[in-house]
Amino acid sequence: MAEYYSDRSKYDVVIGLEVHVEMSTKTKIFCGCSTAFGAEPNTQTCPVCTGMPGVLPVLNEQVVQNAIAAGLATNCEITQNCKFDRKNYFYPDLPKAFQTSQLYLPICRNGWVEINGDNGKKKVRIHQIHMEEDAGKLSHHDNTGETFIDYNRCGVPLMEIVSEPDMTSATEACAYMEALAAIMSYLGVSDCKLEEGSMRGDINVSIKPKGSSVLGTRTETKNLNSFKAITRAIEWEIDRQIDLLENGEKVVQETRRWDDEKGIGYTMRSKENAHDYRYFPEPDLAPMHISDEWIAEVKAKIPELPQQKQARYLNEWQLSEYDAGMIVRSKALALFCEETVALCNEPKEVVNFLMGDGLRLLNENCLDAKDMPFAPKQLSDLVSLVVKGSINKTTAKAVFEKIFRENIDPIEYVKANNLEMVSDEEELVQMVADVIAANPKSVADYKGGKKAALGFLVGQIMRATKGRANAARVNELIREMLQD
Amino acid sequence: MSILELSVKELRKKITNKEISVPEVVKAQLAHIEKTNPLYNAYHDINKNALLRAETVQKEIEAGTLDSAFAGVPVAVKDNICTTEMTTTCGSKMLTGFHSPYNATVVKRLQKAGAVIMGKANMDEFAMGSTSETCYYGAVKNPWNPEHVSGGSSGGSAVAVASYGAFASLGSDTGGSIRQPAAYCNMTGVKPTYGSVSRFGLVAYGSSLDQIGPIAHNIEDAAAMLAIISGYDDQDSTSLKQGPFDFNDCLKEDLEGKKIGIPVNYLGEGIDPEIKAAIYEAAKKLSELGAECEEFILPMVDYAVPAYYIIASAEASSNLSRFDGIKYGYHPKKFTDLEDLYLTARSEGFGMEVKRRIMLGTFALSSGYYDAYYQKALKVKALIKQAFDGAFAKYDTILSPVAPTVAPKLGESLNNLLQMYLSDIYTVSVNLAGIPAVSLPCGFNKENLPIGMQFLGQALSEKTLVQLAYAYQSITEHHHKKPQLEVL
Amino acid sequence: MNIDAKMVDYVAELAKLRLSEEEKLRMGEDLNNILVYMDILNELDTENVQAMTHVFDVNNVFRADEIKASYPREEILKNALAVEDGCFVVPKTVE
Ligand SMILES: [Mg+2]
Ligand SMILES: [Zn+2]
Repeated sequence: MAEYYSDRSKYDVVIGLEVHVEMSTKTKIFCGCSTAFGAEPNTQTCPVCTGMPGVLPVLNEQVVQNAIAAGLATNCEITQNCKFDRKNYFYPDLPKAFQTSQLYLPICRNGWVEINGDNGKKKVRIHQIHMEEDAGKLSHHDNTGETFIDYNRCGVPLMEIVSEPDMTSATEACAYMEALAAIMSYLGVSDCKLEEGSMRGDINVSIKPKGSSVLGTRTETKNLNSFKAITRAIEWEIDRQIDLLENGEKVVQETRRWDDEKGIGYTMRSKENAHDYRYFPEPDLAPMHISDEWIAEVKAKIPELPQQKQARYLNEWQLSEYDAGMIVRSKALALFCEETVALCNEPKEVVNFLMGDGLRLLNENCLDAKDMPFAPKQLSDLVSLVVKGSINKTTAKAVFEKIFRENIDPIEYVKANNLEMVSDEEELVQMVADVIAANPKSVADYKGGKKAALGFLVGQIMRATKGRANAARVNELIREMLQD
Repeated sequence: MSILELSVKELRKKITNKEISVPEVVKAQLAHIEKTNPLYNAYHDINKNALLRAETVQKEIEAGTLDSAFAGVPVAVKDNICTTEMTTTCGSKMLTGFHSPYNATVVKRLQKAGAVIMGKANMDEFAMGSTSETCYYGAVKNPWNPEHVSGGSSGGSAVAVASYGAFASLGSDTGGSIRQPAAYCNMTGVKPTYGSVSRFGLVAYGSSLDQIGPIAHNIEDAAAMLAIISGYDDQDSTSLKQGPFDFNDCLKEDLEGKKIGIPVNYLGEGIDPEIKAAIYEAAKKLSELGAECEEFILPMVDYAVPAYYIIASAEASSNLSRFDGIKYGYHPKKFTDLEDLYLTARSEGFGMEVKRRIMLGTFALSSGYYDAYYQKALKVKALIKQAFDGAFAKYDTILSPVAPTVAPKLGESLNNLLQMYLSDIYTVSVNLAGIPAVSLPCGFNKENLPIGMQFLGQALSEKTLVQLAYAYQSITEHHHKKPQLEVL
Repeated sequence: MNIDAKMVDYVAELAKLRLSEEEKLRMGEDLNNILVYMDILNELDTENVQAMTHVFDVNNVFRADEIKASYPREEILKNALAVEDGCFVVPKTVE
């Protein structure tokens, strides 16, 4: 159990998340500008996404399609008559001074996702998912007192996924984010890259006396873009709130920020009126009618999702829950794994390679599973060599690394480098006979009761074969021969 | 008679017959504008490329690659319609010197048809006003009597044509802004069905009410212009999926079997008796053409103005939030921080009437008042639409006055806010219901100021309305009457 | 509805308008007059009326997810208050 700064035994923690997921559409939500990441400032803009006078939005159909898919994959009801609303506020990253979003009729409602909670499996309920546009990017220059605005990101489609306050710890919050990220990337609606800001979380935290049914005052900490930051910000905020209550003070409902460098949260300096967003239905966009047929069409295209895959791996492959869970975290890894198993039908061996050295090597080389530098066929050949007993574990590990780094063909490589195990009985019998003849002293020691001498004899053979002899069989043969 | 006094149709005939070239027309037009603009202030910005453009158009006509009802015709465009040539200022200090990076869809269509845009027409600031007096660049004056207002908000568009500074023009109508200045200036104007003309490039006032439409000397010219600018545009999501209007088969003088409803509650208290008389006189003429006129009571009349002002102001408060001094428009010289920049730009850039409507709209949407005001107004809008549906089940058109008075004197209206808002009583419900209306001349008062009337029809009944106006104009002379211009 | 001075301040702040004391007084008066007049809407029973946001039954207007060329950056920036390194520049925002 983790050590906390505050005494948490007296309090229940209640956490809800608003997760912003940037969609991986080719174009923005209301104009044809590209959404590609990393372009020069303001080079992916037009009059529409910079809010020039007189422009009108036209909705990207793929955005609606993606939102429906996301809703279905998270067990939501689809709002068949839905529309957009304007959320009005002034900020330089928002060129129209309103964000086109959804308040009154969000596209998805009342869903849930399953996570591994602190006390086993649990469902985190989803209040709603709505579509909206992203804002531009501001960069602050302290030395000149200026802020630079880049509208490339402005108008990139977002889904805002709002949970119910169903989580009770930072671990659960992260598990929930991970579950969402996995689902969204399986659907192909988002790549959920936290480091590029394509997935960001706002955390709502409150505490209440243990067992109380009355919710405490909550605070919202905005715009957290790594699991580490989410964890630290939640822990910090829980401690802060407990401190306040313990000192007889009150938690104030407010919006806060998290400074990950300094490791502190702070109140956002904002006027109290800033939250009167004056939402009203967007007159420039036609309402949507999402027919049963459309929903069925999207549903038919939804691929097997991580949870279903995990269950299948448990049943069909007899993997442990942990291994299955690790594999399905990444769609690319799961698909690679499935392709390899389809070739060699040895799920456990395949998973061992991928989860052990596979993940380690990917990590060391800063690669994603979708950039796996070799083919499923190579791994399946390697697994077959191991299963047949053609090579031993040590050799296999080394060959795997060669496959990863140099893209070699395992069968040819093993042959060319003479790495196959010596399991031929005749050859082994001859080797044992030779070693007995050459080491009379050790033989005598063994017969005299010194069992350690056996190890020496086996070692001689292993050394002579550079470890390729089937050690178990060598052991048996020596004992058999020295018995008479 | 000057060539500038020709109708679009007559001018086209002369161009086609090579009696006159497009550059000759445009040169004469520019020279005339130079004389009239100081008197009436119709234009804010004159197109420096007009002559160049005229030469290109002339070549295309001669090459046989251009043949349209507006090829070579000088037109004016309201200053809230975006053009890459010339500034687009919406009559506001806020957009002084603003050069749009793109052309509005209607501008592209006019250019493709060979029209020559002479300039940008002055207007009430951000189309908020009924007199064109809230224009930051000075009030527009009525050619029939320069001491009187032009009407608004498309005052410049109406006056540009009425003072022979263009053969036709584009205005925009959110609550009567095409029809009322047309009526004040003896012009014919069309407010088309919502969604039948693209709004892409029209700087929004009330997005759910705004429509661009033509103003011309007669319905035939106006209809020809509407035919060019109308039709589906994939850049406007509220655009109706249909082709451009074709009015060729409805320019008929016969109104046999047409049923006309006259709402008696439009002609009761508050209306100028001379206007009332002119409406009944027009009804008589229409009967002579075979139409059947009947008086009836149009429900919901009293609720249209308040519902309109809530909806239009609410949408405007949001639409005008983008004007913050950062990306375009008026940039204050001095400001201390971001908040000060916002406040200074908006307080110095907007005029009082704009501020008033932004305030009203912001209030109507604010927390705690949304249901009582904005939501309520949207419900009343539904009831108004129902009232019209009921009327159009019985009548092909509704004949109504455009305004309760003729053009008032400059400076008279702004003193009484409520009275100014109430003067929109006959026009705003058309916008709320999204239906079309044609405004046309139907007489003069004893001071020789024009009186207008309007035909209202159900959605997409433009052809019926054009036929009514055409038949009426074929047996009346009001629209041929000319103001005594001080310079012609 | 009665708009008091506090309400005028609140709405002006939301709308980012700075009004002089004189303007505030006049604005309050004007808004009150307008709103009193608008109370006429309360005569109507709209309990069972659906709010009409869009006047015609147009729905599902979409575009395909296909890239269209963006604008040259100079065109987007040419009307700006201040420009540096291809960005719009404003006084530093504080949170
Ligand atoms: Mg949001
Ligand atoms: Zn764009």
